[in-house]
Amino acid sequence: MALTFPRRAGRRRFTRRDLVVLGVLLGIPVLLDITVVWGPALASIGLSFTAWDGIGDIHWVGGDNYGNLVDNYPPFWPAVRNNVLWLLFLGLIATPFGLFLAVLIDRGIRFSRFYQSVFYMPVVLSLAVVGFIAQLVLGTDQGALNTLLGNRDDPVDWLGDSRLNIWMMMIAASWRHVGYVMILYLAGLKSVDPALKEAAAIDGAGERQTFFRVVLPTLRPVNVIVGVITVIEALRAFDIVYAVNKGRNGLELLSVLITDNIIGEAGRIGFGSAIAVVLLVVSLGSIVTFLVQELRGARET
Amino acid sequence: MSRRSLLRGAAAGACMVTLPALLSACGHGPGGNRNQVTVGSNASDAVPRKAYAAAFEAYRKQTGKQVKVNTKDHNDFQENINRYLQGTPDDVFMWFAGYRMQYFAQKGLLTEISDVWASFSGFSDAIKEQSSYDGKQYFVPYYYYPWAVFHRRSLFQQRGYQQPRTWDQFIALAKRMHKDGTPVAFCDKDGWPAMGTFDYINLRLNGYDFHKALMAGEEAWNDNRVKKVFDTWRELMPYYQKGALGRTWEEAGQSLQQRRTGMVVLGMQHPGTQFPDDERDDIDFFAFPEIDPSHGQDAVEAPVDGFLAAGKAKNIDGAKELLKWLGTPEAEDIYLRHDPGNVAVNSGADTSGYSALQKKSVELVAGAKQISQFLDRDTRPDFASTVMIQALQDFIRDPKDVDGLCNRIERQKKTIFSQPVG
Repeated sequence: MALTFPRRAGRRRFTRRDLVVLGVLLGIPVLLDITVVWGPALASIGLSFTAWDGIGDIHWVGGDNYGNLVDNYPPFWPAVRNNVLWLLFLGLIATPFGLFLAVLIDRGIRFSRFYQSVFYMPVVLSLAVVGFIAQLVLGTDQGALNTLLGNRDDPVDWLGDSRLNIWMMMIAASWRHVGYVMILYLAGLKSVDPALKEAAAIDGAGERQTFFRVVLPTLRPVNVIVGVITVIEALRAFDIVYAVNKGRNGLELLSVLITDNIIGEAGRIGFGSAIAVVLLVVSLGSIVTFLVQELRGARET
Repeated sequence: MSRRSLLRGAAAGACMVTLPALLSACGHGPGGNRNQVTVGSNASDAVPRKAYAAAFEAYRKQTGKQVKVNTKDHNDFQENINRYLQGTPDDVFMWFAGYRMQYFAQKGLLTEISDVWASFSGFSDAIKEQSSYDGKQYFVPYYYYPWAVFHRRSLFQQRGYQQPRTWDQFIALAKRMHKDGTPVAFCDKDGWPAMGTFDYINLRLNGYDFHKALMAGEEAWNDNRVKKVFDTWRELMPYYQKGALGRTWEEAGQSLQQRRTGMVVLGMQHPGTQFPDDERDDIDFFAFPEIDPSHGQDAVEAPVDGFLAAGKAKNIDGAKELLKWLGTPEAEDIYLRHDPGNVAVNSGADTSGYSALQKKSVELVAGAKQISQFLDRDTRPDFASTVMIQALQDFIRDPKDVDGLCNRIERQKKTIFSQPVG
């Protein structure tokens, strides 16, 4: 990107004071960025090659932590699988559903204000709170759902059965995610020029064609934001499973494994850092790919 | 106002916001006050919190010394203990006996209190061993709660159930309970309750010495003796209530109270909290049944809670003085008057106010040849929390693959125990 300054007479000169002001105003954010974001990230990468219990000396162990992670830590692969599942579920089901709701409401159906507030309501709750609500609804002995089903003799173990619980968690997390996506798209849809739709209709495009060929491409900035939010939400998912069962027994996620190893009495800081590095690589990878694709697409249209 | 002066103002503002924070980071906290001891407490529940407050108030009345208690949430306290002890800990803090204390002693994060122990009387050798590392004492035991099989006395009378003494009788009873529609209560959503059953089967089958060696990483987890523990446990599995991995210990206790389950392996303080006051007398227990006659019912799992002086304590004299008082029988009496879920460690403590359940607990522990703490208190914390919780949950989910499970545990154990300490 090229910035063009309006040319004044002669070369633009920075006075000493300008330089000081610029230096301070740029320097503070850069310094903060380095100390708060890149410092810890690099430290984690460094620590991931060591064994450290958080108290004694730090011992260099090379790539041992990574070897153990892949091959001698049973929760690791389930966690990777769950993170991917979470990403796919949010990306392929929750996000499109949010878009669908936004389109419905945007068409001005009756009580649209009411629906809008109802769907948006869960967004104000933190995921930990959503986790508690999920427990009230899905508990084995006293949960609302099992009470409703009246299956006291053979209750469904919604949160304890490791084949079921991850799906329950993703549904609960989506309950919140859908509202978020809906409100973003709603704002986007309101700003789509109605003339575009009219033009498409005059050209003989059907409803479906109009939406996919005309409306959705004009929503590109919103798409980028929604996409990034979806990826981030999927990778940082933590509080909801932690609230339910500390992220064990089928609810393993990378973020939980990091916490288990670093926080708490465990003190496997080197090992936990190795998991953190994996998560860092995965998040950077998916965010960068997504942004590159979207931005390239934007240039082509 | 021009743009430039606005910028200058903003920059100055930013400096004013950040500077004090930087400056204060260099300052020092207030030094130790001679007449005040600080105590870090993990007693965040109402009952123990009140009971401790009563005990420290009694100390203040007797000595005129203030005790300042900093209470943190029980789990938070546990999770932050490493940083807490390395940062600015309180003079005295609450913690657990056994390996979990010895780990910190080994790291030099505790103050040795052998001189305080010299004045103690009324503690058994088994308790002293649990309070020591490398022959030196670091821990003042305060109370304990034994693990056993708890049930409702009235349900046993009504159905004509007999308290079993051997494993075969126990399994027969479990089978009958299951048929009668009140299965054995079981829960492991929290990750630790199942450890109690594992420990007991191991202690009954292989004895206390093997338990200790296994926990210390000296015996292999894929040893046949460990596999036999899981095989024996599997005999009980069909008679458990379903869905243990989705059930908290509170829910298991409530199912016992509501007569939906027949009995449960838990610690003494657990079922009581789920029973209304007027039904607590109906709770009874029996010792975990004998499996191998050569080990009988020798060992009792009875986690001991107590106090330690932090290595970085500011007021060490004050801390030792308080610890000395906490080791006396009357200090324990004051606490237990307010918390009937536990039993005093000191044999000189006044047991006349005890409930029938507490009295029976005293007998149980007094008759024990060995006292174990608990799986997560007898082994390295990193091993307990990142390997064993998951492994036992795996077993509950799929009790058939014992070989695979034991091999996985052993491989992870080797990595963890081979990590250099210190």
